[in-house]
Amino acid sequence: MKIGVFVCHCGTNISHTVDVEEVAKAAAKLPNVHFATTYKYMCSSPGQALIADSIKEKGLDRIVVSACSPSLHEKTFRKCLEEAGINPYLVEMANIREHCSWVHSDRAQATKKAIELVKLSVAKVSRSKPLSKSFIPIEKRVLVIGGGISGIQAALDVSFAKFPVVMVEKEPSIGGKMAKFDKTFPTLDCAACILTPKMVGVAQNKYVTMHTFSEVVEVSGHVGDFTVKIKKKARSVDLKKCTGCGACYAKCPVKVTSEFDEGLGKRKAIYVPFPQAVPNVPVIDRNACLWFTKKTCGLCKKVCAIGAIDYDQEDEIIEEKFGAIIVATGFKQFDHSVYGEYGYGKFKDVVTGMHFERMANSSGPTGGKIVRPSDGKEALDVVFIQCVGSRDEQKGVPYCSRVCCMYTAKHATLLREHNKNAQAYVFYIDVRAAGKNYEEFVKKAQDEYGAVYLRGRVSRVFEKGGKLIVRGADTLSGSQIEIKADLVVLANGLIAQDDATTIAQMLHIQYDKNRLFTEAHPKLAPVETITSGIFLTGACQSPKDIPDTVATASAASVKALGLMVHDKLEKDPLVARTNNDLCSGCKACYLACPYSAIEMVEIEDRKLKRKRMVSRVIEGVCAGCGNCTAVCRMGAIDVEGFTNRQIMRQIEAL
Amino acid sequence: MSALGTDSMKDDKKMAADGGFEPNIVGFLCNWCSYAGADLAGTSRMQYPPNVKIIRVPCSGRVNPLFILKCLMDGADGVLISGCHIGDCHYSEGNYYARRRFAVLKNFLEYIGIDPRRFQMSWVSAAEGDKWAKVVKEVVEDIRNAGPNTISAEKK
Repeated sequence: MKIGVFVCHCGTNISHTVDVEEVAKAAAKLPNVHFATTYKYMCSSPGQALIADSIKEKGLDRIVVSACSPSLHEKTFRKCLEEAGINPYLVEMANIREHCSWVHSDRAQATKKAIELVKLSVAKVSRSKPLSKSFIPIEKRVLVIGGGISGIQAALDVSFAKFPVVMVEKEPSIGGKMAKFDKTFPTLDCAACILTPKMVGVAQNKYVTMHTFSEVVEVSGHVGDFTVKIKKKARSVDLKKCTGCGACYAKCPVKVTSEFDEGLGKRKAIYVPFPQAVPNVPVIDRNACLWFTKKTCGLCKKVCAIGAIDYDQEDEIIEEKFGAIIVATGFKQFDHSVYGEYGYGKFKDVVTGMHFERMANSSGPTGGKIVRPSDGKEALDVVFIQCVGSRDEQKGVPYCSRVCCMYTAKHATLLREHNKNAQAYVFYIDVRAAGKNYEEFVKKAQDEYGAVYLRGRVSRVFEKGGKLIVRGADTLSGSQIEIKADLVVLANGLIAQDDATTIAQMLHIQYDKNRLFTEAHPKLAPVETITSGIFLTGACQSPKDIPDTVATASAASVKALGLMVHDKLEKDPLVARTNNDLCSGCKACYLACPYSAIEMVEIEDRKLKRKRMVSRVIEGVCAGCGNCTAVCRMGAIDVEGFTNRQIMRQIEAL
Repeated sequence: MSALGTDSMKDDKKMAADGGFEPNIVGFLCNWCSYAGADLAGTSRMQYPPNVKIIRVPCSGRVNPLFILKCLMDGADGVLISGCHIGDCHYSEGNYYARRRFAVLKNFLEYIGIDPRRFQMSWVSAAEGDKWAKVVKEVVEDIRNAGPNTISAEKK
């Protein structure tokens, strides 16, 4: 065995705290180490060439690269070994950057630790085995979870490449939050005008299957072969029969507040959430419907000429297979009720940005008039408060929601467009308008639409003489300000959906402390997740405006399509394997496997001259977690790449 | 203080130049959360003591209790296992197994006379570089107070 150790300077990232020459010198003395050297950048082409040349010249058969985290460059060096003609799984990385030089400042101590880490890797690699990759077939279908603008764009992009897409949307209609908007910044396109053609495009696309009013309830399998259970909630209306004539909801006697209109308007118990809904098929709200609550009425069924109303419909769970999953579950508006000083809930005329959108929308509850919800009178003086649930650590949202500055500038513009006598006041911390034509848009709101921008926080909103008094500070002039307002609009930030963690756990993807889904790499893999075959788009990953959402949707689609064009996928051989001679067939691993990747099979034991049961790992399903190894009392099952022999040798090395 | 505890025999190798005791600690970190969290501590340049040497494992559920015993038998002053937060396991449930397995082991170690401070568990996510640095500081301090592990000396 001839092990080569290659110690990286990483410019000065490592060498400024770790004496790399000393590490190489110490490494050269370790058992089985045949050669050790250092280089400025081991991951660079000359660095890799150094490894490859050393393998050939010195006959090295195992390599330790002492550099950064394996999550960054393990693949790089595996490839390097493969090209140099030795098995790619005979390399180990000693992480002396993230785990050493960057976290310690004492040179002697850091060098000592780096040597120990190299020792660990040398010990491990000395017990590594050559492994070969396996291949798994790819199911050529893509699942898109979420039917907002990001899911719609992703579905359209995938379908354009002629691969089947299934879209699952929990609401009765696709369209998401964007469908509620009136106009979009910075061009003031009407949201419905640019969205509805895409919604219809999804509905009419022969490659796209929509499941609205449905939820993903279970995901198993792995990249190329996901098995997904989708719950189709009982709509109580037959999707195939219904023509969308609207007779049912015209006759329905029950009125409840409309979620789509943010509680400003009413809808019926049988309803389509908004006129342009796709599919244009109503749904019965079983909590409100008289048939379901009191077994009376039944009017909708009577008026439906084609018999599409089906009170007996039940939730249905369907199971489908997919090769890739695109997660487009979107965001939720921050719940501003924690800001007691703004008086939301106490004063009817304190509303959110989303309320403003619905009011400004001509098909909305006020027919396009910006009014005071308390008395229905037109609002003239409107105060906008920025950063409600953004950049506020005390309220648990430390990040900037990115869109609120822009949508407030849009609202200020729309306010004046709807009523030329109206006046907008905006309390802001900073105006963040980074985007194409964004700064110009804010400037226009100020210069041409007369919005008054006040830099400071609002301390209190209270009622006096039928008006809302907004008291705040103008930090630029250093004065206290009071504004008599008809309407106060809070610019709520964007936060993760309530069920974000459930979805993440179901998909085995990660989320951060704000419950936003975590990308595989913050810069270089922004739409991938750490679980291969699952991609992210839109605001479920971080707050995004529409252009960014659409861009990530297309990016995620390309990633999914990258899988779809292959017939089979290379699979890392780092999976579990049973040694039949040792296996007693006790089933402990079979029961402990989180993936059901272990099956019990009968083998013919030649020594015992009888048949007996042993466990067998289904390679395509095994994820290589190693839980089975820890429960095996015989030491019969082991996980490649992290074998008992390797880890024991590492422990001995310390 | 346990029978195999701290005060009787001092292992000279473990003394730093200034005479202070520098514990040798083995860390088993799951690849997806804690190892990545330790990476993040690095990219964020957080400083912590160099006593913990990390062995990367796919999952905290991969860690066989024998590994812990082997570490302590071979002279490690402490062992730290760190995995994903409960519910966030990359392999869905590996850390549930680990939690139960090591709750039992911790009791067992105490029963056979090993200072429970020598074996610790933590849950550190990939986003918690700061928490990783904090955990290391605390664990090193704990084990420093527990003193050198003398089991291996007795074995010889």
